[in-house]
Order: sequence, then C-alpha cells, then structure tokens
Amino acid sequence: MLSERAEEILEALWIEIDEHGKKTLDLGASRDDPAVDELIKLGFIRRDADHIHLLEKGKSHALSCVRRHRLAERLLVDVFDIKRKIINEVSCKFEHLLHEDLEDNVCAILGHPKICPHGKSIPPGRCCSEKRDRKLPRFVASVAEMSAKDKGKIAYLQTKDSSQMQKLISIGAVPGVSITLMQKFPSYVFQIGQSQFAIDKQLAQGIYVRLAHK
Amino acid sequence: MLSEFPKRIGYDDPLELYLSRLDALLRSDYKISRRALCLLLLQEDKEILEAVKDKEKDKADEIVKIIEEAKAHYAHPISYIISILRQEEATRISNMVMGSKPARNLTFRERISKIMMNPFTGGPILLVVLYYGLYKFVGTFGAGVLVDFLENKVFGNYINPFVTELVTKGIPFKIFQDLLVGEYGIITLGLRYAVAIILPIVATFFFAFAIVEDTGYLPRLAMLVDQLLKKIGLSGRAVIPLVLGFGCDTMATMVTRTLPTKRERIIATLLLALAVPCSAQMGVILALLDKNPIGLIIWLGVILLVFLLVGFLAAKIMPGELPTFYMEIPPLRFPQLSNILRKTASRLKWYFLEIFPIFIFASVLIWAGQITGIFNILVKILEHPIRWIGLPSQAAVSFLFGFFRRDYGAAGLYDLKKAGLLSPNQLVVACVTLTLFLPCIAQLLMNIKERGWRMGMAMSVFILFFSFSVGYLVNLFFNLFGIHL
Repeated sequence: MLSERAEEILEALWIEIDEHGKKTLDLGASRDDPAVDELIKLGFIRRDADHIHLLEKGKSHALSCVRRHRLAERLLVDVFDIKRKIINEVSCKFEHLLHEDLEDNVCAILGHPKICPHGKSIPPGRCCSEKRDRKLPRFVASVAEMSAKDKGKIAYLQTKDSSQMQKLISIGAVPGVSITLMQKFPSYVFQIGQSQFAIDKQLAQGIYVRLAHK
Repeated sequence: MLSEFPKRIGYDDPLELYLSRLDALLRSDYKISRRALCLLLLQEDKEILEAVKDKEKDKADEIVKIIEEAKAHYAHPISYIISILRQEEATRISNMVMGSKPARNLTFRERISKIMMNPFTGGPILLVVLYYGLYKFVGTFGAGVLVDFLENKVFGNYINPFVTELVTKGIPFKIFQDLLVGEYGIITLGLRYAVAIILPIVATFFFAFAIVEDTGYLPRLAMLVDQLLKKIGLSGRAVIPLVLGFGCDTMATMVTRTLPTKRERIIATLLLALAVPCSAQMGVILALLDKNPIGLIIWLGVILLVFLLVGFLAAKIMPGELPTFYMEIPPLRFPQLSNILRKTASRLKWYFLEIFPIFIFASVLIWAGQITGIFNILVKILEHPIRWIGLPSQAAVSFLFGFFRRDYGAAGLYDLKKAGLLSPNQLVVACVTLTLFLPCIAQLLMNIKERGWRMGMAMSVFILFFSFSVGYLVNLFFNLFGIHL
C-alpha cells in the first residue's frame, strides 16, 4: 500500500498535469522525500533534476488519489457538516482511509457527486456507471435520484451550465433550503417553503439534497 | 425591533473587499445604489457591465480586472455564492419571527392537484376539459347555437335586408352599393363574419380559457406534457401559447415571447401557423364535417400527425440550446367570475381592435380585386393546385379569401357545402388543406413582426407548398384505397 506522502505527490502531480495543463511537477520541497523513491520503484513516476513525470502505470493510481481526496471533502461537508474553510486539512488525513471498495461505497451514499465542494471535478469511479444498487443508506442524492416523498435540505447545485444554475437560483432552489419531492413522473415536482415547482430531469440532476432520515 | 438590524446583508470578507474596490472606481451616477450596482457587476450582469464600461471609460479595464479576479477567487459562479449568502440571511431573519406547524393531512385542493398531476388520471382530466371546454362550450354552444342565432336571425332576418334596402335606395352607383352590401360587402360579409361568426366563437373560447387559466390548471398540464413536447423541441411551458392558439393563432404567436429560447419561439410559431387551427376555423370545420364523424377523425389524425412530424423534424434540424423546463405550480384556486369576465373582455377588446379593421380591409381588398379583375387572375392561378388536390375549382375562391382570414376561407367552403358542391371526401381534403394553408393575413403580419422578415416569409412559403402537398396525399390516399366517406 502506498504511503500517505506518496499518495499526496501523485495527487499533486495529477492536478498539475490535468488541471493546470503542465507536463511535470516541480520537485520543490520533496527533493529528498523518500516517498519519491517509493513511487519510482513502483514504476509510477520518473524524475529528472528538478521535475517528476507521471508514467502510464501511475495514472490510474494518481486519478484515484484525486478522486478519494475530493470524495473525502464531499463526505465531510455533506454528511458531517464541517465548515468549508477547514475541510482541506481534515480531508487530507481522511482520504487515506478511503480504500477501493470503501471509496465506491462513499461515492454511492453521496449520490455519485461530480464536483467537490471547491467546484473541481471528481473523477468518476466504476461505481458511477454501474447500475447495481449498493443497498446502502443514502445521505445525499440528486433530486433525479430521490424517491417521491423524500425530504431533505439542498446541499449544493451541480451544473456546469450557468444558465441552468440561474434558473434553479431563480426558483429559490439554493443550498440550505428544505425540499420535499412530491412526484417524479412525468416531471419532477417538489416543494420549497410554501411553493411548488415542476422541473425536468436535466435540472433535477443538478440539485443535490442532503436527505433527512425518517 | 427591526431597526436593530443593519439594512443590508454583510457578505463574507473577500466579497466585501471586491465590492469596496469596485465602489472606489465608480464615478458616474447610475440611478441605483452603488452597492446594488457593484453586486450586479460581480454577478456579470451584461447590461450593467456595458453601461459601466460606457460611463467609466478610462477605468473600464481596471473594473473588468477586478471582476475577473473575484471570479478566479471562487470556484463557483459569484451569483451562486451571493444567493447562498442571501438565503442564509433570509432564513436567519425568518427563523426569528416565524415557526411552522407539522404538516396536517392533505387538503381537498391538494388532493385535486395530485389527481391533475398524476399521468394516469391527468390524461382523462385533459380529455374532460377539452370535451366540455372546447367541444361542447366553444364548438356546440359558441359555434353552433350562438353563430346560428346571430348569423341567421340577427343578420339574415334583420340587419342584412335592412342595410341592403337603405344602401340601394341611398347610393346610386352599383359599384359602391357592392362595396357595402354586395356579395363581399363590408357590412354583408366583413361585419357579418366578424360579428356573427368569429365573435361568438372567440368570446366563448376566451371565456373558457380564462376559467382554465384562473384555476391554475395550465402549469399542471405543462408538467404533464413536458416530456412529450421535448420530442418536438419545445418544453412544457409551450402549452400556454399552443392552447391559446386554439383560440386565436395571432394572439398565441405574440405569446410565444414567453418562451425562453429563440429555437423554441421559432418552432412554436411554425407549429401555430401550420397545424394549430384557431377557434374560428375549428368552429367552421366542425360545421363542415358535421354528420361525417369518420371525416372528422381523419382530419384530426392528419393534423395531429403533421403537428408531431413537423415538430419532430424541426427539432432535429434546428440548431440551438435544448429546452429546459421549470415552472411554478401555484395552488389551485376557484376562479372568480369578475376576473374571468375582465380577462375575457380585455382579450376580446384586443382581438377586435386588431382583427376588426383587417376584416373591413379584407372586404375592401376583395371588392377592389373583383373590380380590377386581379382576383379573377389569382383565383385562376389557384385553381390549378385546387384541382390537383381533387377539389372543384370553385373552392379556389375560399382558399384565396382564406389568406385574408383563415376562417373566412373556411366559411366560404361552408357556403359551397350548403350548395352541395363538395363530396364528403372533398370536404375532408379541403378542411385538411385549409387548416394547414397559409395563416391569415393578421398572423402573417404577426409572424413577420415577431420572427423577422426572412423567417416569416420562409415559413409562409414552406406552409404554402406543404399544405397543398398534404392535401394531395390525403386525396391520393382516398383514391388509391377507393375510400368513399
């Protein structure tokens, strides 16, 4: 199993490459880090004088580190209600505890989120595409996945399309408000405060709700 | 007690910082509070940004830079951040003064609402609304009883003979007599059609529509049919103009403004012009196909098929944003008679101001066209496609007049039917073609006004060819299978 430090290096490397458009990661402070040697031995990375490069074999591991970190953030914010400002520190410890099957289970109880609390995308895992119901209690689900009569509080909106987000904001579907799903066919009808709204599936997939448990 | 609270919401630190930096740069007067202005700037309100760029010329770059910086600071759009903060504040305030009791049992209204929104019970409810609202009230009562009374009794027995006598005695020239009381005279045709045929039909429709509208049924219908309308490129929201089109397509075309995207507005306008018969047309078509239930079903089937097919194809080929559906479902209410009457009256007033002059104008045009012989030439040209779809050439007159008012044309066919010149087959073909045929001149003008010259004309040309082609196909179908209704 990888050391915590090695996982963090892989994660930083992936973010540098995938999200900042760079090819390598500056060695910087981890110049004499034993974790770098650990990764080189495994054949995940290669280093030159000042940089480390990600090798093919390390890609899936790096991706999974990013995924676990962001899932951990989601878990802390959506389920444990930890304030956004401190989540990074806590989730850095937490992510290392999420392994393989646990990671997919966490993903499932969070309703397979696609963005982390900071708005970065969460790489999808196997669990996100499979149809199998994991029979786990759900804590967070999009309105599209809720069942009729489910209640909860809107946790966050997840849509890349700003006009869709505007539409949801305009009907008052913003994080923090209580929501009850009344029916889901042929359109999604829910109640917020004293008002009822009907929306289509596309919009329903963008509202994530922290479910209230009966 | 409220004075203890600040009158504005404090946002979090970085946001307040950006707000004050923006505030410091603004020099001009914008007639709204600076804070509101800065908040709108951060939320990327295009109109405000343009106005500010315009007024603060030398500072414009710096302002844009601050906005970009603020955007980069947040992972989410700033409008999202701001609405969350406002929501928190609103909840905080309302929690201090409001409580809520646990939910009681469903009220009667909520039960009805549920039944209306359930797809299994909602369909039959729609049929009941259509049957009693449209068929019974508008069709049988409005287009039947009222039209019969006004046209035959009031105009036929009193107004027409009286005016004809007055004009024949008072005006010496035959030409001017014809303008007022001739076959296509302003009074005997224009006024009679407008008051005796169209008025009762649209009045009963607007009355029924206002009742349905005031109960809050329409948004429930919208949520029921949203998925269906998505297939033809529209969203549930489009039921309002489409249903209104059954009253008056011209007014409905104006109401397509409420649709959110250009793509939806174009598709809705096309479908209204092509395949949504207005109440006046439907009234006459119901009369034409009276005692011909199979013909009525064929007419309905063909129009429905054209509606879905053209909508489906338009949705396939039209570029642009796909529709999204979101709508408030207001509580069901018992409609108030005074509101319904007021709504009906204001719509009728609009209708009459817009339509009445066009009727008079159409009468004058027909009269002038007759005298100069232009109409005879146009009628001769139209006789070709008319024969092509298997109709007697006399029907060409109805089609030409149909352009001045669609319902005019339908009413013209009614006269042909009374004279026994049309077989049941021909009646169905004629009804189908005339329903699809070019919109009336008022709607053509509205299409051009709302969609622009090019789009308006392109639609008209398409509809012209399309309507005759469908008429041809229906006739061909009858002949091929030897169907005699």
